[in-house]
Amino acid sequence: SARVMPTQERKLFSSTLFHKIFKAHTSLSLKKCKGCLYKISTSMVEKGTSLLKMMEISVAEAEKRTGKNAVNMQETYTVYLIETRPVDAASEGTNPVPDSLWRRYSEFELLRNYLLVTYPFSVVPPLPEKRAEFVWHKLSADNMDPDFVERRRVGLENFLLRVASHPDLSSDKIFYSFLTEENGWKETVFETGFQAKADSRLKALNATFRVKNPDKRFAEMKHYGDELQSVISQLLRVRARAADRLYGVYKVHGNYGRVFSEWSAIEKEMGDGLQSAGHHMDAYAASVDDILEEEEHYADQLKEYLFYADALRAVCRKHELTQYELEMAAQDLTSKKQQREELATGTIRTFSLKGMTSKLFGQETPEQREAKVKMLETQIEEGEELVKERNTECEEFVKSAWVDIERFKEQKDHDLREALISYAIMQISMCKKGIQVWNNAKECFSKM
Amino acid sequence: MSEVSMTRKQQDLILPNGTPVDTSSPASSSSLLNRLQLDDDLDGETRDLFVTVDDPKKHVSTMETYITYRVCTKTTRTEFDLPEYSVRRRYQDFDWLRNKLEESQPTHLIPPLPEKFVMKGVVDRFSEEFVETRRKALDKFLKRVADHPVLSFNEHFNAFLSAKDLNKRQGLALLTKMGESVKYVTGGYKLRARPVEFAAMGDYLDVFTQKLGTIDRIAQRIIKEQSEFLMELREYGPVYSSWSSFEEDLHDPLEGVSGCVSNCSSALEELTEDMSEDFLPVLREYVLYIESMKNVLKKRDQVQAEYETKLEAVVFREDKKTPVPSDVEKCQDRVECFNADLKADWDRWQNNKRQDFRQLLTGMADKNIQYYEKCLAAWESLIPLLQDKQDAKGETN
Repeated sequence: SARVMPTQERKLFSSTLFHKIFKAHTSLSLKKCKGCLYKISTSMVEKGTSLLKMMEISVAEAEKRTGKNAVNMQETYTVYLIETRPVDAASEGTNPVPDSLWRRYSEFELLRNYLLVTYPFSVVPPLPEKRAEFVWHKLSADNMDPDFVERRRVGLENFLLRVASHPDLSSDKIFYSFLTEENGWKETVFETGFQAKADSRLKALNATFRVKNPDKRFAEMKHYGDELQSVISQLLRVRARAADRLYGVYKVHGNYGRVFSEWSAIEKEMGDGLQSAGHHMDAYAASVDDILEEEEHYADQLKEYLFYADALRAVCRKHELTQYELEMAAQDLTSKKQQREELATGTIRTFSLKGMTSKLFGQETPEQREAKVKMLETQIEEGEELVKERNTECEEFVKSAWVDIERFKEQKDHDLREALISYAIMQISMCKKGIQVWNNAKECFSKM
Repeated sequence: MSEVSMTRKQQDLILPNGTPVDTSSPASSSSLLNRLQLDDDLDGETRDLFVTVDDPKKHVSTMETYITYRVCTKTTRTEFDLPEYSVRRRYQDFDWLRNKLEESQPTHLIPPLPEKFVMKGVVDRFSEEFVETRRKALDKFLKRVADHPVLSFNEHFNAFLSAKDLNKRQGLALLTKMGESVKYVTGGYKLRARPVEFAAMGDYLDVFTQKLGTIDRIAQRIIKEQSEFLMELREYGPVYSSWSSFEEDLHDPLEGVSGCVSNCSSALEELTEDMSEDFLPVLREYVLYIESMKNVLKKRDQVQAEYETKLEAVVFREDKKTPVPSDVEKCQDRVECFNADLKADWDRWQNNKRQDFRQLLTGMADKNIQYYEKCLAAWESLIPLLQDKQDAKGETN
């Protein structure tokens, strides 16, 4: 249910103004929302991207919908409300109704795939996980579970803000219309023909195996991506198991509550102390739910970088591909030049079918040879053009990609440090709560 | 026989006549007083008997290996020849004492001893933890006896505390064991109904046993869950370390977190061990105490039953087979004595129980508080380390 904007505000969103925006560097971190621990840290912000200067973006709500899917079957899915609001108007205090539209997860996926293909030199921000993984027993792995939906809502907002603060991605038209045009967006995306530009998996894999001289830095980055993914996976797995155990420890203390209560019934002087201590034990047991919910946010922060590792590796793989294609073109050119040389000098060093057949069926006529030479010359010319092209492509890719990789590195160091700080703060809060509860219980015991 | 000190290296000097000389500092007057827990509801009552059990030592001989404990006594009572004693006793001797007390003071509640038998494969009888746990229980046992207005004056108790060599006495005691026990073994008389107040005691003990059992199970479960949590933490911390190995900027923060988790793990291990060693044994000892109390109640029932049966016989029969009235009077006296002793002991026991559990539970709370305080300190000290680079970066920018 998109709300209609007054014409005055619409002006801000006109495409002419939009095209005038310039790129700038930013490292805006995650936005604080509804009790989660992400926070804006503007410590490294010089200039926000023009898009973010213009509009505020949020994923405000989530709703369940039912409808018919592609095979005409009933399905239930969740849609998310994307709200955008002009920055100026908000700061003026007029606080207009935000523009909004509903999107489902698959549309976010489509957007991301488009960005991946269109900006292969960018480390494209990841989406929150499709299915709940690394769960500990209490958390549901069900996509319809309200807690999961809520965390996903936060993750999707995070994704949009990341894209909106990226120097290259933020000025993309498709992204802009994702935020503003509810109807017909899908068609617009397909019309770009991005799917045709996508590299096939086989092609990419082939390049990875066969590339001879990839840029060392990219090889290192790829290795880093592998290690990061491995270590964060391990961390998340162990953390989930530990969370499970911690839950057990706290909850069993709740049993003290019950038994102290029963025991106090047969006591005279000890009764009150026992009873009240029991209540504190109940409170202690109950406190673990909040503790573990907070920790889930930390896990989400780690997960984002788990998926970011994949995006990083994608850029490195693209480099390998461009490098490989350059190498292939160069190799091809070299072999063609060699063939020309052979034809000119009459020596056959390389194996060719022509060479064999000529041996078997006799030499060619001078006319035939000349025709061949001419053809080769053309091919060599074209080949040289191709090598030039691919070389430029490769160089430009390396340049752009490395800029974004450096940007990503800084962002990663900053964000993960923040995540660790908020994790430590969480632990401190948990310890303080523990001390308080046990002090309360101790007081009750001492009155026994 | 070789002696191996379990805790401290000390020389015990024992003079030929059996009296010990305390040369080692821990047994000196002031420290002895300091180590004793003074019963805090004895207002105005001056204590004149202090007993402690300490200094476990391992004795290895060709026949057997066993532990002895030093039993120190300080007293102003005239029943004792000397004001101070220091003797060495083994578990066997404590067991002997308890049996003698039960026989000679059947109307009284005798405090329990820690479990006699331990499965050889399961528990290491000579491990520091086991010996220490047992020492504490034996110390408690003697203190409870020493605090008892009747039991503390028992001759066997006196001998236990003062005699250099108990063995001879034990030998004699075995012979007289049969004779003494005959006194209160009544011929299986059936009691019609327990008087209300004693029935209430019995009910209380039944429910209390149940609750203690539940608490024991809960405590064990918590220890188990904590141990499993600890196992995960021991795997969790090092992952941060291995992560730090391929990071530059994040190296120190990640190492810091790893160290922190490691500190918390150690703190948790301490908590679990303390609960195992201090909390559970005391709980279990109380279950034994309750069993003793129940037995005393049963004995009381027997005495009353005997009296009632004999009384009935007198009332309903008139021929020569009737028991001598003085016999019935004796029984009546016995019942009344027993009831009085039991009531007094019950009140004392209830009071001690309240204090013991107050101390036990407060101790449990304290241990948990200490655990959280250690973890808090670790995480708080990490924060500046985590924020450090940021400030440095800000400055260089």
